[in-house]
Amino acid sequence: MKSEKELEEIFEKKLNNNEFIEPKDWMPEKYRQHLIRQISQHAHSEVVGMLPEGNWITRAPSLRAKLVLLAKVQDEGGHGLYLYSAAETLGISRDEMLDALHSGKAKYSSIFNYPTLTWADIGAIGWLVDGAAIMNQVMLQRTSYGPYSRAMIRICKEESFHQRQGYEIMMRLALGTPEQKQMAQDALNRWWYPTLMMFGPPDSESPHSADAIKWRIKRETNDQLRQKFVNQTVPQAEFIGLKVPDPNLKWNEEKKGYDFTPPDWEEFKRVISGNGPCNKERLAARIKAHEEGKWVREAAAAYAQKHKKEVLVS
Amino acid sequence: MNTNKDNQGTLWEVFLQKKSGQPFIHAGSIHAFDKEMALQNARDTYTRRGEATVVWVVPSNCIVSSTPEDIGSFFDPANDKIYRHPTFYHIPDAIKNM
Amino acid sequence: MNYHEAFFKYLLILGDTSLILAQRLSEWTGHGPFLEEDLALTNIALDTLGHANVLLEYAGKVENKGRDQDKLAFFRNGREYFNVKLVELPNGDYANTMVRQLFVDAFRYHYFNALCGCKDETLSGLAQKAVKEIKYHYRHSSWWIKRFGDGTEESHQRTQNALNNLWRFTGELFMPDESEKIMEEEKIAPSLSQIQYIWNEDIQSLLKEANLTIPKDVYMQSGGKQGVHTEYLDYILAEMQSLPRMYPDAKW
Repeated sequence: MKSEKELEEIFEKKLNNNEFIEPKDWMPEKYRQHLIRQISQHAHSEVVGMLPEGNWITRAPSLRAKLVLLAKVQDEGGHGLYLYSAAETLGISRDEMLDALHSGKAKYSSIFNYPTLTWADIGAIGWLVDGAAIMNQVMLQRTSYGPYSRAMIRICKEESFHQRQGYEIMMRLALGTPEQKQMAQDALNRWWYPTLMMFGPPDSESPHSADAIKWRIKRETNDQLRQKFVNQTVPQAEFIGLKVPDPNLKWNEEKKGYDFTPPDWEEFKRVISGNGPCNKERLAARIKAHEEGKWVREAAAAYAQKHKKEVLVS
Repeated sequence: MNTNKDNQGTLWEVFLQKKSGQPFIHAGSIHAFDKEMALQNARDTYTRRGEATVVWVVPSNCIVSSTPEDIGSFFDPANDKIYRHPTFYHIPDAIKNM
Repeated sequence: MNYHEAFFKYLLILGDTSLILAQRLSEWTGHGPFLEEDLALTNIALDTLGHANVLLEYAGKVENKGRDQDKLAFFRNGREYFNVKLVELPNGDYANTMVRQLFVDAFRYHYFNALCGCKDETLSGLAQKAVKEIKYHYRHSSWWIKRFGDGTEESHQRTQNALNNLWRFTGELFMPDESEKIMEEEKIAPSLSQIQYIWNEDIQSLLKEANLTIPKDVYMQSGGKQGVHTEYLDYILAEMQSLPRMYPDAKW
């Protein structure tokens, strides 16, 4: 048997060599806990994230838009599923994770606590929210934990259409009737700052960031990603004639990036701690689905027990 | 099966074959309560973009795995058997098709 | 009703039934009983919406008045919708949704199978693609009915209730509208009485296996194919059509 110190050295060596950590490898308990927290939060975000967009499936304004949105929301469910599975390799069950979500113990991305009020919000979510998510997820493809990395690779591959469909909606609106253009601008105004919050608190105040970087779970800091996102998104807004709602937005030649107004971190804290515009509704919807599904799951389990021979693997 | 407390079904591993003749590759996991459901869930989760022509599902607890501690004794011995690789043998360039 | 009018209306019956069912099914997305099943039912909704899309597109072409699938979907009133009533009923619990789905799947599977051999090439091509998808839907709903029927007491009771509630809407599937009669004579539409025969055999044997009982002496509802619906349909349309109707000049 190797001592804990030796095991830790092997673990560190793997990280330094850019090797992956796999489920059966020894890992520090804090690394495991950090991963469980991060991956399950990520999974919850995908599943709760189905709700704001799902809100418009029955009202999508064309059959094509309805097909696309349905497929997209379904993808998000799939991504939640991949991520729950990745977290399960760390020794936590999906049931435990769902309990943590439903009891309010586990968090999910604060962005999904904002309401989708118009069809343009569906465009804004695809363009901005998925755009921000993809930035984070591209980085996470190289995360140090093997199952998480594999899930992210699959997710990135599938998500590539999400941002494009969002931008397409915005483009159509921005180039459409005056009312449509106004709808698009209003959506950008409402979603801009909440999207910037998605990258998490500033590096100076981010409680878990240092560990995440040290363990190569994250490979870029919150502020780095946020800056990258702003640099990438501003020209996309300008291209379709929309205005980013920030009077201080200015290109800074020296840093080769935009200077911009940071989001209101007090609002961020308020939403994270449960007082955003839709926190209660989102959680209530998840709990309702879970509770109303209980008898379905029980029936499936009971049927499998009664018909063990035919329907289970001996 | 289904004896654990988790009311989300049990865990299954999904393997996909993209085309006949190709190997089955691990795609990920799903939850299900029985074989048929496992097959359907695997199909609905992992083949939404035409990724497969055949799907295998295996209950995760039926998989036997070597452990990281086995790496040395399982796999190192194969590393120095260079005579198993074709480059070990010197054949004149004039000989073709070998 | 001439051939041309009958063909148009016939395609609307098929297309509207797919569209309204897809609309109902998509209400489950994000609210399913567990994640895998949420994805599974959404796949079924997607397939069904796809059928509606091509059927209504074809209907627009047959009508030849410049209406595309979106015009037909978003700018007709309830009285101009010709889906069967069964698909416009609220989802209810998962047992209710699955029983409704079983009835529709069994019907559509045999119907589209027969339609594969129809003499209209567009329709037969469309049916050949759809029938593969519907075969899978049918397998999915059949398994759930078996699980519910012989699962727990609660699941059995819920499913029996759903059966009792929905059975009266199954008759309409097989009551031919005038347009369907004309299309059958023209060797385009399959014979509904033949479909009914196979459907009954399928459903009876499955329900027997699942320990469920078909209610007796039920008066069968109809009217959907003539545009006389339940009160539910207009709410579905009000929701579905709200945006295009609010901004009739806009393109999305």
